[in-house]
Amino acid sequence: MKQWLERHIQTLVGSLGRLWKQPFATLLTVLVIGIALALPACLHVLVQNVRAASGDWGNALDISVYMKPAATLEQARQAEKRIAQRRDVDGVTLVKADDALAEFRKNSGFGEALEALKENPLPHALVVRPAEEFRDPAQVETLTAELRKVEGVDLVQLDTAWVSRFNAILDVVRRVVLLAAGLFALGILVIVGNTIRLDIENRRGEIEVTKLVGGSDAFVRRPFLYNGVWYGLSGGITAGIIVAIVVAVLSDPVQRIAGLYGSQFQLQGVGLVGWLALLLGGALLGWLGSFIVATRELREIEPK
Amino acid sequence: MIRFDHVWKRYPNGREAVCDLTLEIGKGEMAFLTGHSGAGKSTLLKLIALIERPSRGTVVVNGQNTATVPRSKIPAFRRQIGIVFQDHKLLMDRPVYDNVGLPLVIAGVPEKEIGKRVRASLDQVGLLGREQNRPIELSTGEQQRVGIARAIIGKPALLIADEPTGNLDPDLAIEIMNIFRRFNEVGVTVVIASHDVHLIDRYRVRRVILEGGRVASGADAMPDLPKLVADRP
Repeated sequence: MKQWLERHIQTLVGSLGRLWKQPFATLLTVLVIGIALALPACLHVLVQNVRAASGDWGNALDISVYMKPAATLEQARQAEKRIAQRRDVDGVTLVKADDALAEFRKNSGFGEALEALKENPLPHALVVRPAEEFRDPAQVETLTAELRKVEGVDLVQLDTAWVSRFNAILDVVRRVVLLAAGLFALGILVIVGNTIRLDIENRRGEIEVTKLVGGSDAFVRRPFLYNGVWYGLSGGITAGIIVAIVVAVLSDPVQRIAGLYGSQFQLQGVGLVGWLALLLGGALLGWLGSFIVATRELREIEPK
Repeated sequence: MIRFDHVWKRYPNGREAVCDLTLEIGKGEMAFLTGHSGAGKSTLLKLIALIERPSRGTVVVNGQNTATVPRSKIPAFRRQIGIVFQDHKLLMDRPVYDNVGLPLVIAGVPEKEIGKRVRASLDQVGLLGREQNRPIELSTGEQQRVGIARAIIGKPALLIADEPTGNLDPDLAIEIMNIFRRFNEVGVTVVIASHDVHLIDRYRVRRVILEGGRVASGADAMPDLPKLVADRP
């Protein structure tokens, strides 16, 4: 076991040294892999940020139930109790007319105009949140219809259409990211494979000699697999750096825009998980690309 | 140690390099394979090292029928044979140490032991202290000795050499031959292909003469002769 490890570490370091000896060629390969990984990673970061910026979608599903203007607080409480008992309802919040007015006064900027009103024009209202498992459009529709029949209810408002649209678009974008990632992964396999193929061609003589003195296919393949891993790993690091640069460059303007909309939103980078995914993904793709090519090519090379 | 039984070898281009060859070389024997170029010397050695497989007939090496060695077991099979090549087949960009130690690295021998055995091996061919040189810095004769050191480091029972003195001037050639002789003296079976008749004449060793892929003479061992009676230069 110790010898095995010793051998592997030796090959690992040896292959790194070999790559180091031709820095330009290695750099080119690593850059190409890095860019290929960075593109889907950037898209992914974009989607994550849009989702974070659009906030908690749970709220958007809430149904607003307005009581008739004449309805008393007592009636509103009754309605609240009745609705809360429903199986398809997760929670009901009573918004008293006075509270609603106070909040409106505070947030709308119409404070002084409102002072002129003799009485509160706002009705009591209930905010109904459908239960988790009753959130598909048909069920929400049924719930809305039933809420309308509750005594004292004037108006039931539900506006989820845009949320559905937005989610649908986001879903498409997410799939595009996945497809792009798949295509770029394929591209990386080809890049690594081709580089390894050239490597093998350049070291043909050495491979023949090694096989002549009893080196197995697996033995001659090992350094090339490590080359692939190094390429992929360095490509992953490069991609992480590219994404970090992109995020850093965009961070300020995005924050300014968010500020104009009164939001505290801040652009998020790939994060720890993202970095790990880039490194592991890169290394894995590098290994796989070299494995496929080296296994095939090295079989062909036989001493004459 | 080596037995050829009605062996034929036809290459894909139709050339018949070996026809109906039957030959036996015993354990601890030393034999020269001679003949004109194209007589089948190299093919014979390739059949022993499983670089080629016979078209017909059986080749038995060290008690193992080569036909029963699957492709995946060829590396292990080759590790029990020391092979010396005319063009040395050294890794020119690696120091002598790496070249000689390569078979042990392949076999997974611990680093410490490799160092010891590399030095012992180089000592036997008179190159101790040249571990860190690159082959390019050595003379042709020295390069060939590195090749021999690599061939013997695995302590093989069989050593085969294809024209090991082909590129050397006569003095160096004798030096190399003497190294092979010394290994034979300690019990290693040695088979050397060479067309250098003058050199071979110096050694009273079994001589297998090939002609057109057949054994022209020397098919039988010569147990009655003292194994090695050579005139020292």
